[in-house]
Amino acid sequence: MGLTRLIANRIAFGLITLIVITLLISLALEALPGDFAEQRLGQSATPETIAAIRAQLGLNEPILVRYWQWLSNFLQGDMGISLSNSRPVSELLATRLGNTLFLAGASAIVAVPLALFLGILAALYRESLLDKLISTSTLAAISLPEFFIGYILVALFAVNWQIFPAISSISDNMTLGEKIYASLLPIATLTFVIVAHMMRMTRAAIINLMQSPFIEMATLKGLKRGRIVVHHALPNALSPIINVIVLNLAYLVVGVVVVEVVFIYPGLGLLMVDSVTSRDLPIVQACILIFGATYISLNMLADILSIISNPRLRHPR
Amino acid sequence: MGEPILKIRNLQIEGFADEQWKPIVNGIDIDLNRGEVLGLIGESGAGKSTIGIATMGYCRPGCRFVGGTIEFDGVRVDELTSAQIREVRGVGISYVAQSAAASFNPAHRLIDQYVETPVQHGVLKFQQAAKNARAMYATLDLPDPDNIGKRFPHQVSGGQLQRAMVAMAMSCEPDLIIFDEPTTALDVTTQIEVLAAIKDIVHRFNTAAIYITHDLAVVVQLADRIMVLRYGDLVEESKTHEILNNPKEDYTRDLLAVRTFRKNSEDLVSGPVPLIDINNLHASYGGEIKVLEDINLSVEKGRTVAIVGESGSGKSTLARAMTGLLPPSQGTVKYSGIELPKSYKERTKDQLRQMQMIYQMPDVALNPRQKLREVIGRPLGFYFGIDGGERDRRVKELLEMIELPTNYIDRFTPELSGGQKQRVCIARALAAQPAVIICDEVTSALDQLVAEEILKLLDRLQKELEMTYLFITHDLATVKAIADEIVVMLRGRIVESGLKDEVLTPPHHEYTELLLSSVPEMDPHWLDRLLESRATVN
Repeated sequence: MGLTRLIANRIAFGLITLIVITLLISLALEALPGDFAEQRLGQSATPETIAAIRAQLGLNEPILVRYWQWLSNFLQGDMGISLSNSRPVSELLATRLGNTLFLAGASAIVAVPLALFLGILAALYRESLLDKLISTSTLAAISLPEFFIGYILVALFAVNWQIFPAISSISDNMTLGEKIYASLLPIATLTFVIVAHMMRMTRAAIINLMQSPFIEMATLKGLKRGRIVVHHALPNALSPIINVIVLNLAYLVVGVVVVEVVFIYPGLGLLMVDSVTSRDLPIVQACILIFGATYISLNMLADILSIISNPRLRHPR
Repeated sequence: MGEPILKIRNLQIEGFADEQWKPIVNGIDIDLNRGEVLGLIGESGAGKSTIGIATMGYCRPGCRFVGGTIEFDGVRVDELTSAQIREVRGVGISYVAQSAAASFNPAHRLIDQYVETPVQHGVLKFQQAAKNARAMYATLDLPDPDNIGKRFPHQVSGGQLQRAMVAMAMSCEPDLIIFDEPTTALDVTTQIEVLAAIKDIVHRFNTAAIYITHDLAVVVQLADRIMVLRYGDLVEESKTHEILNNPKEDYTRDLLAVRTFRKNSEDLVSGPVPLIDINNLHASYGGEIKVLEDINLSVEKGRTVAIVGESGSGKSTLARAMTGLLPPSQGTVKYSGIELPKSYKERTKDQLRQMQMIYQMPDVALNPRQKLREVIGRPLGFYFGIDGGERDRRVKELLEMIELPTNYIDRFTPELSGGQKQRVCIARALAAQPAVIICDEVTSALDQLVAEEILKLLDRLQKELEMTYLFITHDLATVKAIADEIVVMLRGRIVESGLKDEVLTPPHHEYTELLLSSVPEMDPHWLDRLLESRATVN
């Protein structure tokens, strides 16, 4: 199958998946006890006020009717209005999405080179103390849930030593340096979580290739071990490594939810969690769409890159 | 002559297998002079590759040096540090492997892999090394030598790639090259070009070489001296003509006598209807790549029809099309005059039963987690519904038929040797009581002496059971041994067919001629004569 056809296919399936996800989310939110009106009014609710808000916002319509309305508006480019504060959803999302991408991007810039470096190092000195140290510590990091790592970092660096802030509040009028300083702990948390995966895949892919006849040939050409690993094994290991890197990038954007909540970081994840609590359906739908689209497109990118990384396909006969 | 370039004394190497260290090379001595070519010959497990790469101070994973000394150019290789040994590898001694396709890095261009050795060792600058590469490609008669280096390994043919590897081994003009079965994976016609290239290079640069192979006819073309090895021991060592004319050991005589088996193909009678009749058969992969075109072939009962051709000629595809694994796009396959459905899925159990296959690699064709009882018993259960004690009895009968002890019924397949495994594959095919067995390169992965035993077994079974064989092979020696009829295939078409004697006696089709003349003979001057005669023709 040609690459273009593959991409077209994957995009079509991706769009269908996205629509199914939004439908599921609508149904799930509906299944939760309470609706927006009850959550909003809380203790002060009387049956009359609840009925009034429901009528005003059209919450009395069946969920499928409301979903259909949302979908047809969305397809015309209108993401709707937040139930909570009556502002357009697109406006609310813009800054939050920027913050989340900043956090994910900064983590990726640290984590990807670090993982590759550690993976190559572990493969190069396989079965040595260094290899075992790297493998064990990354394995330990991956075994702990990210919120736990986050709280440990807070306990050590914010409470105990008071070096970094425990709450990562950032805003548009901060400089880049201030932003990085404020979000250092969440970046560290995310890095801990994703380095292990990428590092272990790099190590495994290289070691797997070290059995190949062309590696034996490189050895018998009298090359240094470092050159054999980096120049001969790594380029052929790229396909699985790229795959795991891109999947981890997808995880960064999506998995950021928990970390944002831990550090009260004003990103998309925190917005979504708050909106679920207040049953603010338009915002939840929009967040889910962004997360879903990111995940699907990064997965597609992983497939495309691993196809392209094969020299046989890049340089046909 | 002076001091030998390579002096090995009492070399001992062990390999780790079945949870213990076992000797694989037992005290071998080698003396090799500058410019001399030494042939190492033996069957698999003789330790010849292990000795070859040991000269470079290298042991494959799972092997270890135990004792002995290796002296190259006055330096004790076995005593060097790993940094010092790197300076010998590629510069003093270089290596040519069996499969160039696997030994070239798929991610880098040919010329980059060529210049890597001299540049990394600081022998030459990149520009000079690249210039040498182009000159060397020209010397080895590679097409477009100025640009072929810019290609990736998968972009050149198998024979060209093998020659590019020979060129790469010459990049630092080493004193010694180890050739480890460099032509074994090639077709006979391609083998010639690589052999000629190696011979030319070794003479031109007066390079010493160790040439490792299992094929005596190949090594006599190149070697000044031959060492015959078996199970890590030296059997016999002499000048090449001595080995050929006056072998001292029985084992050497066995190796020389290999392929003397000839099937007795007299009194061939034709039935009223051929057992298999193929008409106007076409097949393709994915409807685009045509692999078979207009195949017409009929096979009489009780005969052996050999299908010969190089890799890519479509001979295995023909077997797949006949058995319905690859439904043909056009044409018919008749069995006893009745047309078979195109796909195996539409054929009845009885139709399926009549055609069985045996494959090239018995290791891969047998489930390693099954005992012979299940392997051979499965077709009995599937086709005839036989099980329990009756099945065991039949399995034992079949084991006797293929000359294996009946108590092997409780063995797992990995406990058997390569030849025994191929026997089990034969028994499995026989269990279905087929009319035809398609043998796809069944002896190619086996050592020659073992292969000969398998051919004899197949011949005996044919006589006893009136079996019909379709024998797919690229090996003309096998064809001469067992065929009644020969079909020569080239690029998906049949170029010549007929009774064995007709096809093998001139005049041939020009491709048949090429194939026949390319089979190495046990004559040290065969290659030179052949190249000479081909040069005068062209």
